[in-house]
Amino acid sequence: MPESSVFAPQYASIPHRDHTAELGMWVFIATEVLLFGGLILAYVVYRHAFPQDFAAGSRHTEIVIGTANTAVLLTSSFLVAWAVEIFSPATAKIVTRLLVGAACLGLAFIVLKGIEYGKEYDEHLVPGIDFQFPGPKANGVQLFFIFYFIATAIHALHMLIGICLLITLAVICQRAPSTRHRTALHSAALYWHFVDVVWIFLFALIYLPGRSTS
Amino acid sequence: MSAKNYLTADFTLRSWFLTTDHKRIAILYFASLIFFFFIGGAAATAIRIELATPQADLVSSDVYNRLFTMHGIIMVWFFLIPSIPNTLGNFIVPLMIGARDLAFPRLNLMSWYIFMLGGCVTLFAILAGGVDTGWTFYTPFSTLYSNSYVIVAAAGVFIAGFSSILTGLNFIVTIHRLRAPGLTWYRLPLFLWSLYATSVILVLATPVLAITLLLMATERFFGVGIFDPRIGGDPLLFQHLFWFYSHPAVYIMILPGMGVINELVSCFSRKQVFGYKFVAWCSLAIAAVGFLVWGHHMFVSGQSLIASLVFSFMSFIVAVPSAIKVFNWTATLHKGSIHFDAPMLYALAFIGLFTIGGLTGLFLACLAFDVHATDTYFVVAHFHYIMVGGMVTAYFGGLHYWWPKITGRLYSEYWARTAAILIFFGFNLTFFPQFILGAEGMPRRYHVYPPEFQVWNVLSSGGAAILAVAYLMPLFYLGYSAFFGKRAPANPWNAPGLEWQTSSPPPEFNFAPQPVVTREPYQYNERFEAEPQNA
Ligand code: HEM
Ligand SMILES: [Cu+2]
Repeated sequence: MPESSVFAPQYASIPHRDHTAELGMWVFIATEVLLFGGLILAYVVYRHAFPQDFAAGSRHTEIVIGTANTAVLLTSSFLVAWAVEIFSPATAKIVTRLLVGAACLGLAFIVLKGIEYGKEYDEHLVPGIDFQFPGPKANGVQLFFIFYFIATAIHALHMLIGICLLITLAVICQRAPSTRHRTALHSAALYWHFVDVVWIFLFALIYLPGRSTS
Repeated sequence: MSAKNYLTADFTLRSWFLTTDHKRIAILYFASLIFFFFIGGAAATAIRIELATPQADLVSSDVYNRLFTMHGIIMVWFFLIPSIPNTLGNFIVPLMIGARDLAFPRLNLMSWYIFMLGGCVTLFAILAGGVDTGWTFYTPFSTLYSNSYVIVAAAGVFIAGFSSILTGLNFIVTIHRLRAPGLTWYRLPLFLWSLYATSVILVLATPVLAITLLLMATERFFGVGIFDPRIGGDPLLFQHLFWFYSHPAVYIMILPGMGVINELVSCFSRKQVFGYKFVAWCSLAIAAVGFLVWGHHMFVSGQSLIASLVFSFMSFIVAVPSAIKVFNWTATLHKGSIHFDAPMLYALAFIGLFTIGGLTGLFLACLAFDVHATDTYFVVAHFHYIMVGGMVTAYFGGLHYWWPKITGRLYSEYWARTAAILIFFGFNLTFFPQFILGAEGMPRRYHVYPPEFQVWNVLSSGGAAILAVAYLMPLFYLGYSAFFGKRAPANPWNAPGLEWQTSSPPPEFNFAPQPVVTREPYQYNERFEAEPQNA
């Protein structure tokens, strides 16, 4: 793998640069944790206030799509982890394919999400645009769906950014991989796994309440 | 002429607007912040003119609301939060740790562009007609009733938040990874400890503001009741989320100032900072405990008494590390050989004004007192003593201290001292009367008031006029010195910090050979050699 010995002057060496970049990604993830943390906190407060209504709202979500999406995302994370693991000059081709595969799964997630949104629109479950829910639980269910849409939309935005990262890296990998890209790949993978972990929390919070009882 | 420095390396516009040099980005920030400071200041001037008489004679109540909101938003997010970190910090951090730049120079430039975008959006909100919610955007006023550009202004603040986060991230990584050989954590100048603590808050608190503003804007835009009690929402939740950010944010607005004061006090008393480790850890303690006191802004909001008691108690705790710092600065002065150069005048002013601000914070942390003082001018005076008397004073102090390094020129000491003294008197005249007004019950955010309050308001407005002149002065004598001042030597203060080991102004990559650190900071040897320290 061709290695350019140039690195920005603030670093002492290439490993120094790479470790620094990785630390940067970890700090960024810390920021992201608090972003979703604030949102989840608000969700938890309201779920505590309206447990019945949130359970009712949750029962109106598409658990099949949600579960499928969880599987899709976990698989995609697995492909990325695999790519990081085997990244080397000899494997550039496989790495490229793995990354493209992961990005495609990411897109599949987005498409499924879109279908899910469409169904909710048909069922008049989109607060602020078209929301009708009969019975006394309407207010709590509406709160549930507000959080559902905000949380999944912000998550989907993160997915889109991640997909762009993966595709960029795939292109680079195909053209001229160098050890420099190992760090880039590593950081992008961290980000992708993080987005994955967020989804696992969202999945539990959105789809599971109220499923065991009826 | 000597070799090229960062200012003379290239003169094209492109070399400025696409620079990744932390020193040039600091200058970009500096110029932008002056601009925002004057916009915020113009609003303050209008407020003080209006308040000179009990009647409404300059503006209507609606315009008045927009004035203090614009003042608050601009001053908090577009001046104070970026002030010391993004100008002095950007410039000095790599120099202080013996690095050639920040860890992520392009991110640093991006942070400036994001900041300017946020600033432009906010300016647009102001020009389009303004916002009348106060800087706190409280619901349900902001979401249901306000007939002003709430979403645009919130978007501006939201965007600027990303610039804060990127700066904090850059500082954290830089301080972790880019220290010169031999520069251990306990050899770091205390300015860096305080910027590190600030960065932790920037990174961990700002995203919560982002999500809070997003929820608020969603509610307003879609008419869904996230915080609307009529459909089950809870307006207090907004306040909790907002202050979960904004109380830590007030420490973003003081910790960097405290950091500067360490440098100034030790340099101009020619002594090591007393109790270095205590001061260092106090910065982190403030950052940590500062996350646990937000409820003291909500004592009268209807939160439970237990919550109020806990928040009151924590507010007393959070004052301890600040108090330790004040004691340690005083102890540093003790038996020092004190020089009253302009930066030191600012530092001394800081210590006094910050102490008053901090102590009145403790008054407000008492439940029984706060019930009377909340939403009065007492609170206004409290936070201005810290934010303006403390942070802005520290900013000016640090600016003078590092000015020779930044520009390679010396300013007029006579004018600098005059301005420092004038700022001190102008400030006290402006804000001390507000304590009295608050104690007598004058509420904040009204533009008419009973005639018996007029005396104190006139004093305050008169002080504001002095303060305005005093704040304008540096623009002239510093501006003059930047072009015509005497050339500064590399180390005009005879200080041991790494930033003084390179030329003034520094070359493009700061240091030719990588500096190596072999000793603790603040070794002002003159004194140490003359009489061995034992205190
Ligand atoms: C020494 C520790 C401090 C304590 C115990 C303290 C306490 C308080 C309390 C209890 C209030 C609420 C008063 C009310 O609204 O009724 C308050 C308001 C405020 N404080 Fe402090 N404070 C401290 C330090 C600071 C610092 C360092 C800053 C800024 C750099 C600051 C800025 C503010 C601001 C901006 C407000 C008013 C917010 C608003 O309502 O617009 N405080 N403080
Ligand atoms: Cu507070």
